Amino acid sequence: MGQWEVYPEFEVVRSSARCTKCLGCVAQCANGVHQYDGAQLTCDSAKCVDCHRCVAMCPARALKIVKADCALRENSNWDSQTIKEIFKQAQSGGVLLSSMGTPKPYPVYWDKLLLNASQVTNPSIDPLREPMETRVCLGKKPGRPQRGPDGRFTCELPPQLKLAMPMLFSAMSYGSVSYNAHEALARAAEELGVYYNTGEGGLHEDFYAYSPNTIVQVASGRFGVHEGYLNAGAAIEIKMGQGAKPGIGGHLPGTKVGADISRTRMIPEGSDAISPAPHHDIYSIEDLRQLVYSLKQSTHHKKPIIVKVAAVHNIAAIASGIARSGADIIAIDGFRGGTGAAPTRIRDNVGIPIELALAAVDQRLRDEGIRNQVGIIAGGSIRSSADVAKAIALGADAVYIATAALLALGCHLCRTCQTGMCNWGIATQRPELVARLDPKEGAKRLVNLMTAWNHEIMEMLGGMGINSIEALRGNRLMLRGIGLTAKELEILGVAHAGE
Amino acid sequence: MIRPELFEGQVRIPSGCAISAVISREGRLISGQAIVDSMRPMHERSNGLGGGFAGYGIYPEYKDFFALHIFYDTDEARAAVEAHLRAVLEIVRAENIPTRKHPAITAEPFIWRYFVAPLRSVLHSCQQDEEEFIARLAMRVNTSYPGAYVFSSGKNMGVFKAVGYPEDVGEFYRLEEYSGYCWTAHGRYPTNTPGWWGGAHPFALLDRSIVHNGEISSYDCNRRTIEMYGYKCTLQTDTEVITYIADFLQRKQGLTLEEIASVIAAPFWSTIERQPEGKSRELAYLRTVYSSLLITGPFSIILGFRGGLMALNDRLKLRSMVVGEKDDKVYIASEEAAIRAVEPNAENIWAPAGGQPVVVRVREGAY
Amino acid sequence: MAYKIEAQGLDAAGLGRQIQAHPGPVEVVGCLGQRFIGAGMQRKKIRVTGIPGNALGAYLNGGEIEVCANAQDAVGDTMNDGTIVIHGDVGDTVGYAMRGGEIYVEGSAGYRAGVHMKEYQDKVPVMVIGGRAGSFLGEYQAGGVILVLGLTGSGPIAGNFPCAGMHGGKVLLRCRPEELLFPGQVTALPASAQDLDAVRPYLEEFCRRFGKDLSVILNAPFTLAVPDSRNPYRQMYVAN
Repeated sequence: MGQWEVYPEFEVVRSSARCTKCLGCVAQCANGVHQYDGAQLTCDSAKCVDCHRCVAMCPARALKIVKADCALRENSNWDSQTIKEIFKQAQSGGVLLSSMGTPKPYPVYWDKLLLNASQVTNPSIDPLREPMETRVCLGKKPGRPQRGPDGRFTCELPPQLKLAMPMLFSAMSYGSVSYNAHEALARAAEELGVYYNTGEGGLHEDFYAYSPNTIVQVASGRFGVHEGYLNAGAAIEIKMGQGAKPGIGGHLPGTKVGADISRTRMIPEGSDAISPAPHHDIYSIEDLRQLVYSLKQSTHHKKPIIVKVAAVHNIAAIASGIARSGADIIAIDGFRGGTGAAPTRIRDNVGIPIELALAAVDQRLRDEGIRNQVGIIAGGSIRSSADVAKAIALGADAVYIATAALLALGCHLCRTCQTGMCNWGIATQRPELVARLDPKEGAKRLVNLMTAWNHEIMEMLGGMGINSIEALRGNRLMLRGIGLTAKELEILGVAHAGE
Repeated sequence: MIRPELFEGQVRIPSGCAISAVISREGRLISGQAIVDSMRPMHERSNGLGGGFAGYGIYPEYKDFFALHIFYDTDEARAAVEAHLRAVLEIVRAENIPTRKHPAITAEPFIWRYFVAPLRSVLHSCQQDEEEFIARLAMRVNTSYPGAYVFSSGKNMGVFKAVGYPEDVGEFYRLEEYSGYCWTAHGRYPTNTPGWWGGAHPFALLDRSIVHNGEISSYDCNRRTIEMYGYKCTLQTDTEVITYIADFLQRKQGLTLEEIASVIAAPFWSTIERQPEGKSRELAYLRTVYSSLLITGPFSIILGFRGGLMALNDRLKLRSMVVGEKDDKVYIASEEAAIRAVEPNAENIWAPAGGQPVVVRVREGAY
Repeated sequence: MAYKIEAQGLDAAGLGRQIQAHPGPVEVVGCLGQRFIGAGMQRKKIRVTGIPGNALGAYLNGGEIEVCANAQDAVGDTMNDGTIVIHGDVGDTVGYAMRGGEIYVEGSAGYRAGVHMKEYQDKVPVMVIGGRAGSFLGEYQAGGVILVLGLTGSGPIAGNFPCAGMHGGKVLLRCRPEELLFPGQVTALPASAQDLDAVRPYLEEFCRRFGKDLSVILNAPFTLAVPDSRNPYRQMYVAN
C-alpha cells in the first residue's frame, strides 16, 4: 500500500470449510488472483475484476465475490466511482478507458413502455397451435410493382436480407472478440436462419463457409476489405458510427496484432490497427452515396448495403439522408450499446437512447414518404424479447443483439475486455483462454437464446391478435407509456397507459 | 347533432357488425327497399349506434357529375364549405337530401348533396385528374372545415348513413325511392357511444365504398403506412384505412382486385410455398413489397365501386359471410337469413374461404 | 302430430317462449334468422323449415332438432346431449366444445367445425359431415369423433390447418392421408377395418337420416387422424 493506493473494489471470499484445495481457481484466473505457494491458497483481491470465472468453475462452490465494504463516505454528488476515476487520472494522466455499454442510470425507455393484448373486441391467438409468422425481409421495396409485357409481375426486387426471426448478431470484430466467439456466432446464425456481422476486423478465411449468413463490414480502416471479402457477405455494412462511442474511432494496439489477426485484417504483424472516426473519404452526405454505389458496383448490385450509425441528436435528418443515398438498410446503434473499448466519458455522455432515436427516425421517414425505401435495424442494449417486440412496434424491422449474445457465451459483464484477459475466452486473443470457449457449445447456447426469444415474441404477438410480425411494425397503438412526460410520449409517438 | 367529448377520430372505437349487399350482373335496377329488408333479420348484430347504405346507379340523370353528400353541424359550416366549393367546382344542383321523420333517428345534422364537376381551369392549373382533385377536396373539407363532413364523393352513387339501426336509417333516408344496380349495407355495434353520424359505415372515397365487420390488429401499422401517400386517417376507424388502402392499390399502384386481396389477406408463408411455382413467386413478391398493408385480425369487407363489388374475408375467416344468387342478382351477407329475406329462392349458397375474393362485375355497358 | 308455430314476426325470445309453451313435438315454419332455437333444451322434438339463426341448439341437453334447410353459425354450441340433424349446410363453428350427443349434417360445414370438442366419462360426442369442411377442422379437439365424407361439394375434403391444436379424440376423413397437410403433432394414417367398424353405427344413422347408400360411402379410402402421443404440443418453459 502507499499514499495513493486505492482499496480494491472487490473481495474474493473463500469458504475454508468447503474448499478442497483442488487448485482449479489458480488455473482458471488469468489475472493471477489466486496463488498457491505449496502450502497456502491465497487471494490477491486487488487483481479481481469480478468476472466470476473462479466462482463458476469451483467444484465445491467455495468462492464468492463481494463488493469490498471498505467504503468512502457516502455522497450523492461525489460518488465513489467518480472519486476513484480522479485518483486514476491524477496517477496516470490518461484518458479513462472502459468496455461494454454504459452502466450509468439513464432512463431505460423499454421499461416504461407497455404492450397491448386483445380482448373481447378482437381475438388473441395461441402461437403454439395456430399459424404464427416471425419471418422478416429487410431491404428496399419498390415504389410501384413492375409488370412484364404479359401483364404479370416481373417479381424483381432489390437485394433483400431474409431472416427467419427479427434478430441479427451485431458487429463484433475479430480482434475485439476471439476466433472461437466468431465461430459460435457464425454457426448459430446459420442454424437460426439469421446473420452475424464480421465487425471491422475482416473475415477469417475459415469462416467463408458461413458466407450466406455473414454480413461483412466496411469500416473506416477498411481492414481486410477486398473484392473476395465483399462478395462473400450476404450484405455489406458501412460502419459510420457505433452507439457506444459516437464520433470516436477504434484502436487495436500492435501488441494484439498477432499472426492470425494480421492475416485477417491484411496489415503487418505488430502494427497498430487504427480505425479513424470518420471514413476519410466521407466528409459529407454525398460522399456516402458515392461509397454506397462503389460497393454496389463491385458486387454487381447483388448485395444489400447497410449503413450503421450511432444515435445522436440529429439522427432523424441523418437517417433521411442515408435513405436517399441508395442504402438499402439503416442500422441505428443507441448510446447504451457495447464495445470492446471506448473512452469512458464518451461512452457515458455521448449519444441518445435507441428508443427515442428509432421512434424519431421511423416517423421522419414516414413524414417524408420514404419509409419503405429502407429497412431499419435497431440496436444498443436490446436485453430481452420484450425489448424486441417494443422496438418493432416503434418502427424497427429487426434488431441487432450483441451484449445478450456474449452473455449467452459466458460473459459476466465484468467490463474489463480492454485488458484482453477475458477468462471466458470471448474478448481475448490468448490461445489458452480462447480454448475455454467451445464454439459448438457456444453456438448451441446462442441458438437456445434466440429460439426462446422467438417463442416469447410469438406469445406477445398472439396476445395482441397479430399472427404475422409485419403487422406489428410501427404499430404504435400497441404501445402505451407509463411514467413518461408529455414530451417523451410525443417523441415516442405513443399515448399514456389509460388513454 | 350531438358532439360528445369522445367522437370518432379522437379515440379508437372497435366494433362488430352486420353487412349485406345485392348486385345485378345485368345492371338491372333494384329498389333500396330490398337492401333495407335484408338487414332486418340481422338486427341482433348491431346495437343501434350506426347503420348505413351505399347505392350505385342511383343518380342516372347526373351520372357524369360527382355527387357530394355532406353533413353540417351548423349553417356557418355550410356557408364556409359552399363558398369553397363554388370557387373550384361547377355545381349543377344543390339540395337537402330528402328524409322522413323517424322516432329512432334523432339529433340529425344538416344533410346536403351537390352534383358537381371540377372547373376545367382549376384542374388545369393544379395538373390533377378529376378523381385525384375530388379525393383531395373531400379530404381537405374533412380536415380543415370544422362542423362539416363529406361522406360520399362518387359519380352516380351515394352513401346514406346515420346513428341508428340500419332498418331505421333506411326508412329515414326514404331508400325505397331510389333504385340502383348495386347496394351495400352495414349495421354497427361499436363499444363506445360515438354519437357521430360520420363514423357510421359505409366509408367512401370517390366511388369506392367499404362496409366492414370486425376489428383489425394491424390498424396503426396500416395507417402510418398509407398516410405516407397523401391519405389522412381522421376517423381512426378500420373502415377508413381499408378504403384508403383499396384506393391506393387500385388507383395508384394499378393492382387488380384479386391482387389487392392477395395483399391485404395475404396467405401464410407455408401456404404460399405450397402453391405452383409462378403463383408462389407472385404471392411472395406482393407480400414482400406491400408487407405493411397486410391486414391482420378479423374482417369481412364488401368493397363497392362503379360497376361491381368485391367481398373478402381475412385469411383466417374469423367473420362469417355467405354468397347466394338468383338469375342476374348476386347476394352477399353476414347471415343466410338476410339473403333469404330478400330472395327466398336464392340458389348456390356458399361461403368463400378466408382470403378468397369474390368479385362480381356488372356487364360492360350496362351501368 | 307436431304443433305448428309460425315464426314470421317473432323475435328469438318470442319464438323460444312459444316453443317451450307446447309440451309435445313442434314444427317451426317460416323461420328466418331467429337465433337460439332449442337452446338449453332437455327433451322435445323440434322441426324447423326456413333458415334458423345462429346458435341453434346451443347447450342442447337432450331431445332432437331437425332443420330442413341450411343452418347458420354456432350450431350445437357446447352441446351436452341430444341430436341435431341438418338437411343442408352449416356455417362456422358447428359443435363448438361439444361434449355429448350427435350432429348430422347432410351438406358441408364452414370453418372450425368441431373446435374444442371434448369427451367426459361416458359421454362421447359425434359429428358427421356429409360434404366438405372448411379450414381449422377439429381445432383444439380434445375428444369425440368427427367424420367428414366428402360426398358433395368440390375441392379438397377439408381446408387449411386441419386438426390444428388437436390433443384428443379422432377425425376420420374419406380421403387418403397425403391429400391434406396435418400439423406435426397429429398422426394421419389410412383407417383400418377396425377404425371403420367403430364408427359404423354413426354412418348407418347418417344414411338412414339422409337416404344415402352405406356401401357407396365405404367404397373409398378413409384416413384416421389422431394426436401423436410421442409429440404433444409442448412449450419449453424454464422456471424464473
